[in-house]
This record gives sequence, C-alpha cells and structure tokens, in this order.
Amino acid sequence: MKIEQNEIEKIAELARIRISDSEIGQVTSRITEILQMVDALQAVDTRDIEPMSNPLDETQHLRPDKVTENNRRDAFQAIAPSVENGLYLVPKVIE
Amino acid sequence: MQWECVIGLEVHLQLATQSKIFSGSPTTFGAAPNTQANAVDLAMPGMLPVLNEQAVCHAVKFGVGIGANVNKRSVFDRKNYFYPDLPKGYQISQFEAPIVGRGSFEVLMEDGSTRDIGITRAHLEEDAGKSLHEDFQGQSGIDLNRAGTPLLEIVSDPDIRNAAEAVAYLKALHRLVTYLGISDGNMAEGSMRCDVNISLRPKGSLTLGTRAEIKNVNSFRFVEKAIHHEFERQADILESGGKIVQETRLYDSDRDETRSMRSKEVANDYRYFPEPDLLPIVIDDAYIEAVSNSLPELPGEKRDRFSTHYGLSKYDASVLSDSRPLADYFESVATGCGDAKIAANWVQVELLGQLNRAETVIENCPVSAIDLAGLITRILDNSISGKIAKQVFEAMWQGEGSADEIIAAKGLQQVSDSGALETIVDDVLGANADQVKQYLEADEAKRKKLVGFFVGQVMKLSKGQANPKIVNELLVKKLV
Repeated sequence: MKIEQNEIEKIAELARIRISDSEIGQVTSRITEILQMVDALQAVDTRDIEPMSNPLDETQHLRPDKVTENNRRDAFQAIAPSVENGLYLVPKVIE
Repeated sequence: MQWECVIGLEVHLQLATQSKIFSGSPTTFGAAPNTQANAVDLAMPGMLPVLNEQAVCHAVKFGVGIGANVNKRSVFDRKNYFYPDLPKGYQISQFEAPIVGRGSFEVLMEDGSTRDIGITRAHLEEDAGKSLHEDFQGQSGIDLNRAGTPLLEIVSDPDIRNAAEAVAYLKALHRLVTYLGISDGNMAEGSMRCDVNISLRPKGSLTLGTRAEIKNVNSFRFVEKAIHHEFERQADILESGGKIVQETRLYDSDRDETRSMRSKEVANDYRYFPEPDLLPIVIDDAYIEAVSNSLPELPGEKRDRFSTHYGLSKYDASVLSDSRPLADYFESVATGCGDAKIAANWVQVELLGQLNRAETVIENCPVSAIDLAGLITRILDNSISGKIAKQVFEAMWQGEGSADEIIAAKGLQQVSDSGALETIVDDVLGANADQVKQYLEADEAKRKKLVGFFVGQVMKLSKGQANPKIVNELLVKKLV
C-alpha cells in the first residue's frame, strides 16, 4: 500500500505535527515502508482469531468509588505557564 | 412537499459517583476551579487510569434496565482530538465494544400512548473540562474539575419523528435513570446533555436524508426549539433545490437558531484505537444477575401497578409515578389513610399545587406523608369537611403541627351534635323569614334550591364546621 503526500499532510495536521516541505517526501516514503510491512501482516489468514485489544492475559482491575485525592491546585499551578483566578490560561480557542 | 423528520438522540449522562471514572478526585459540582483536578485529570506524564467500579455498575444497571444485551467483555478506546479542555489529547471512550448493546424502553407520548424507542448502544467514557472564553487578556481559561467525570453515552435509534417525541423520549430517559439512581439527572448542572441528529426525507420515503448534528442542547425546551428551527432550515434548503451538508451545528438559545461550527472543528477524524493503559472489562453472569436483582421497580412497572392496584386513572398513575420520591410519598399517604383515590387527589391537587407555588420539590416538602395521611383520615371519619381540611393543610404547611393538633387548637372539629346544630338552624330560619315563606309555597324543584341556600347560611354561621348531612336532615324536618 502506498500513501500519498496529501494524506501525510492531513495526518500531520490531526496530530498537530509540523512537517516541513523538505522533510515531507522522506516521511512519506518511510511511512509507505511501514505500511508495506503491515501489508505483509495482513496477508496472514486470521479468520478464526479474535481481535486482541491487549497483549496481557488479564482483565481490568476495578477500584472502589472513593475519593483519594486532595486538592493540590497550588502545586500544579506553580508549574503552569499561565494561570488566573484558579484557571489555566491557554491561547484563545474560539474566534 | 410533505417532509418527514428523522431524529436520533445521543445523551451524555453524568453518572452518580463520588470519584472520577479513572482517578480518585471528587466529582462534586460547583467547586472552585481546578481544585478537583489532580495528576491523572491533568494528564501529567506517567499517570495511569484505574477504572471506578461504581461507573461500571451504573452502566450495567442501565443495560439491565432497558433489557439490553450487556456485553460481558467490553474495551476502552482512545478518541483522539486536540482541545485544551482535554489535556491528554484523547478521550478514553468505548468504540468497537461498548458495555451496553442493543435494547429499548417504553416512552409515554404526549397523547398518552406508549411506544418503544430503540437504544443502539450505551458506552462508558470520561467527560472533558470546561473552556471559558471570556477575556483573560485574549486567552481562554480552562477549568478541569469536570475532566474525568464518568459519562454514559446513550445512543438512540433514529426512531423519533418530531420535537414532541424527542422531549417525551428525554423525559422518559430522565425518569428511568433517576429511578435507577445512576444519575442525579440535574439538567441545570449538565448531568444530562443531548446531541440531536436530524435529517428530512419526503413523507413515505424509506431512505434516510443527509443529517446535521446539533451539539450540546441542554434542556428539554431547547431540544424542542432546536428541532423546530432545524426542521425549517433543512426544509427551506431542500425545497429551493439545495442539498444538506453533513455537519455539526450549535444551537444558540439566545437567538433561537442553529449555526454551523467552523469547518476545522468539524473535520472529525478521531483515529480510534484500543486504549493500551486499560485492560478489557470482563463481567460474568453472576454479576449481571446480582445487578438485575438489585434494580428498583421501574417507572412503567410502577405506573401500571398504581392503576391496577389502586384503581387510579392512567393519567393519575403517570403523574404520581413521575419521580421516585413522589411515588413513595403517594404510597405512604395511600397506605396511611387507607383510601388511595382520595390520597391521589390530595397529593396531585393540594400538595403538588403548594409545591409549585412554593417553587420547591417533594424532597423539601414541609408536610410529611404520615401527616397528610393523618389529615385525610380526619376527612374520612367525618371529623372535618373537605373545605376545612384545606384550611388545616395550609396550617400544616406553615409548620403549625399535625392535623389533629391543628384541629384541636383551632376548634375546627365538625359539629355533628344535633342539639348544637338545631340552635344554628333555628337562628338561620328566624333570620330568613322571607325565604322560609317562599320555600313553603314553592314546588319540589325550587325547594331543593332553597334548602341549598339555608345549608349555605348554616355553614357560614358555623364557620364551615357544621356536618352538612345532619344540617340537611334538620332543615327538612323543620321546614313544614
């Protein structure tokens, strides 16, 4: 399977990764190589095999519904770039 | 062209838990910003989610409550998107294998008929934080207290045909989840939020049209208005030969319109994949059975029992089973006084009337069910008339005591003693000699009217305390 450059651009945007024009050709061909390896895996007959969502042969441990965390806002906000009135400030997300 | 509206609803229900779905932070509403957001909720590096058992239990309760197939093995997935109120860059949700599969439940429509609405699926996920876009020097403020609150997303089949049905569905769902006790159902605090999927097709057609999704409509009234607006908008486009664009729209309640969200945000490509930090949830038959045995009586069952067991009308039964606290209150009154019909009447007319006027809810009612039963008992044993009872009820509402205490303190006991009543009757007849003369000369029909007049005068003089039956007998005996 070959991936097109415009698909790489779209994925990069979704992942918020900036890929420069000089890099994009190389990234495209390297991802195409990975997909070729996936093609090789796809060729294996897996008809009767249940999809595996986790390699550990375990099931999810559940915790009791109890509050175990204290308020440590001051400690967390001390390392935040910008805070005001207890809020974390970020670049404006709505125009 | 006659258009048919096809609607499917996605409801995000906040589950009633003490702590978050993947962390031990509290979920209390209204706390100061970010005081309930800890390392896991803030997506600090190296933090791992641990699943809250209560969230799983609530989801299974819902599944059993709608007769759905509860999946014994379900899997969490990552839904990837970037937004500052989602610091991990992904929401932990369920995509391929949700915990609750197909089911349905009964919805009582506006006209009193009932219809089963299909549920496609329901899955567990975490809520995001809140973005505040007021001006913080050109920046947005982020409160992550809500991040990680457990949600059950409930997806309906496209079985709904108009705004009234959508509201009926949401009310029935609200009733069901509050009966089950899996959510507080507080709409104002965002415990139940709704996305509306809506498309139009020519009446009679079976193919689905292109749909628009209206996000985050947060009250029953707004759901109704948003659907009305969106129906008109799509019909206008279709009738002028245009095409509906599949998109996400926002309902603006201030302007009563829906508008397109920016195309950038609409480019939804969530690249779901299994969440590697969580193992599959596995539950067994014994667990499902235990949950099933713990379920309370559900709204439909209660409504049916109220009408068969107590002989109430369908309407009365549905009003009184509307919420669990109201239903419990009514049943205590009915059992306490032994007459379900009068109990139903008092709860619906006097009690609900007072609650409405006081703008409060049954949970805060100042008159206990036992005290209301005590009052009705005094009507039934003829100690007081229905009219006096209303006066006593008013005093009970003001906290003046039980019915018996108030009746004794105010001397409201009905007078049935014929000696005492005779004096009053004589006074009335003496003071109304003209009417007495008229009565004696009148025919049967007119006489009845005049007796009514005399009874009224006696009641007035006795301040409503005379036993009307005995007054009647006395009058007929004396007017010869």
